[in-house]
Amino acid sequence: MKWFINLGANTLNRLEMFGRATFMLFGAIVAKPQPLKMIPLTIKQIHVVGVQSLLIIVVSGLFIGMVMALQGYTILVDYGAEGSLGPMVALSLLRELGPVVTALLFAGRAGSALTAEIGLMKATEQLSSLEMMAVDPLRRVIAPRLWAGIISMPMLALIFSAVGILGGHLVGVDWLGVDSGSYWSIMQATVDWNKDVVNGIIKSIVFAFVITWIATFKGYDSIPTSEGISKATTETVVFSSLAVLGLDFILTALMFGIE
Amino acid sequence: MKSKKAELLVGVFVALTIAAGLMLALNVANQSMASSEDSYILYAKFDNIGGLKVRSAVKVGGVTVGRVDNITLSNSDFTPLVTMSISTEFNQFPETSSVSILTSGLLGEQYIGFQPGFAIDGVENLAQGDYIEDTKSALVLEDLIGQFLFSSNDG
Amino acid sequence: MENLIEISNLTFSRGGRIIYDDISLQIQKGKTTAIMGPSGIGKTTMLRLMGGQLIPDKGDIKFKGESIPNMRRNRLFEVRRQMSMLFQSGALFTDMSVFDNIAFPLREHTKLSESIIHTIVLLKLQAVGLRGAADLMPAELSGGMARRAALARAIALDPELIMYDEPFAGQDPISMGVLVKLIKALNDALQLTSVVVTHDVNEVLTIADYIYILAEKRVIGSGTPEQIKNSDSPLVQQFLQGKADGPVPFHYPANSTAQAFLGSAS
Repeated sequence: MKWFINLGANTLNRLEMFGRATFMLFGAIVAKPQPLKMIPLTIKQIHVVGVQSLLIIVVSGLFIGMVMALQGYTILVDYGAEGSLGPMVALSLLRELGPVVTALLFAGRAGSALTAEIGLMKATEQLSSLEMMAVDPLRRVIAPRLWAGIISMPMLALIFSAVGILGGHLVGVDWLGVDSGSYWSIMQATVDWNKDVVNGIIKSIVFAFVITWIATFKGYDSIPTSEGISKATTETVVFSSLAVLGLDFILTALMFGIE
Repeated sequence: MKSKKAELLVGVFVALTIAAGLMLALNVANQSMASSEDSYILYAKFDNIGGLKVRSAVKVGGVTVGRVDNITLSNSDFTPLVTMSISTEFNQFPETSSVSILTSGLLGEQYIGFQPGFAIDGVENLAQGDYIEDTKSALVLEDLIGQFLFSSNDG
Repeated sequence: MENLIEISNLTFSRGGRIIYDDISLQIQKGKTTAIMGPSGIGKTTMLRLMGGQLIPDKGDIKFKGESIPNMRRNRLFEVRRQMSMLFQSGALFTDMSVFDNIAFPLREHTKLSESIIHTIVLLKLQAVGLRGAADLMPAELSGGMARRAALARAIALDPELIMYDEPFAGQDPISMGVLVKLIKALNDALQLTSVVVTHDVNEVLTIADYIYILAEKRVIGSGTPEQIKNSDSPLVQQFLQGKADGPVPFHYPANSTAQAFLGSAS
């Protein structure tokens, strides 16, 4: 009996939270956009959210590409198929690792920072004070951050994949001695622009939307104390990572599973 | 001044993304925009194309000279019609050339093997829109086994 | 005397706890009204109700005769341009300089040219004595300076009403003196109406024209500073003199000491 009561209360809480999050989203994006004011604010946020995540994305992309080439080579060389190293690295990066790893890193690097920043703005009454100055904080604070996240993350994912493929080249070709021509040409013969690259970009746009939505909402909805903000930041990382992995499965099934 | 720096860095970020996108498009997915201009189209009819796919390679002695553009079924005689785009770099193939569908390695991808014919006087070179008459279909394992069984019964 | 804000029969509760029970009070135009009371009775909540950030359960809040809780959002935003609030923490935007903070409401709500905005901002900063600090970031200011900068921002659009949320809390005596002087000077010079929420008795007695004391969900005393000082309500006297025990008990409600310390054995 108690179990059912808990379940019911939990479900209601979740639904209520989802409702609040949807309200926030609509308030920020749908209601009366003001592009002239939005664009400079969004550029500033792209700097914070995107440019400052660039280093971690490039470094991880490089290493993941290198590790994949190393692992792939040792397996493929047994079958004399080391020529397929190129497509293996490229396909796994473009279809999966690019969007997913970028999303996870983005959630940890930029998502948590967004939540903490908005939470602190709430705690220091900056959001309230905007409201009292007759400026809608949803449009002034939340909307530029949402747009910046949605724009930046797919860009980061593209860079991640490109750097990863170069990293794979570095290890596979320059170090392990796979033929450079076959690395590229078999990759080119296998990778399809629409099926692989575009689907990867679509994935990362979906992830970007979900992560930024969760991050901004968790900050906006946080309890404005140090404890509340730290909880909100943790929840941002946990929820958005889980959401990314879950959505990845659904998207992969839709894109590649059913031919 | 501070916002100028942010704008600059965002500009660099966008440029990097475009570079990455171009690299993926040209080097990885081979969406070369030039290819459609600097190539000519040839057609070939096969009885059976096996596992040939769009974008499979067309090779002469192992050298890729073009790609399969399109595969359709010819409506008049119900045979597969393969459209190939061949780079204009290689435009000296005589009309007597033949094509066959081959497999790279035991389990590899299928591709079109292009066998240039003899250039005798009076034989013109293949040009845009020409059909290659001499074609050999893909080997289908089931057919092969069938043939083997029948021939051994007869013998 | 004209009332800028009229609160009638206001009831407000949050999280199942009643904070105000049927309160009525008036803020006179051009005067400084203080709302006092012990911590934790929701004095800040009162300001948020006046600013339309919270909606009361019952009762009405009228600003210039217009009901704030029943306003449409757009109208509320228009009305808010005539009022401003000085938050306890100052609430300066941490990502911009002091100058940009004060220019912010001007840039948002007016179409003035940058050079006029520059002049106005420096004038407002001059008024609070921080013209030299225009290029500092909020993090570089002391608490008192941050509050003065926030005050400059609050008067940037020349509002009719300023609400001060605990302006003296946590300030050293000098900053406190400066703030008292500023609030008084602004009120006299700009003819604006001030609402000060605080529990600093002495400061309030020097600047307020009228005082409300809130406790136990209602108004327990009101009047001019003189009337308040001479009030015979024991609750008001306890608050003014800062006695530890009185009608507001020292102990948080608990079971009897005998039960707690001697245990259930007895």
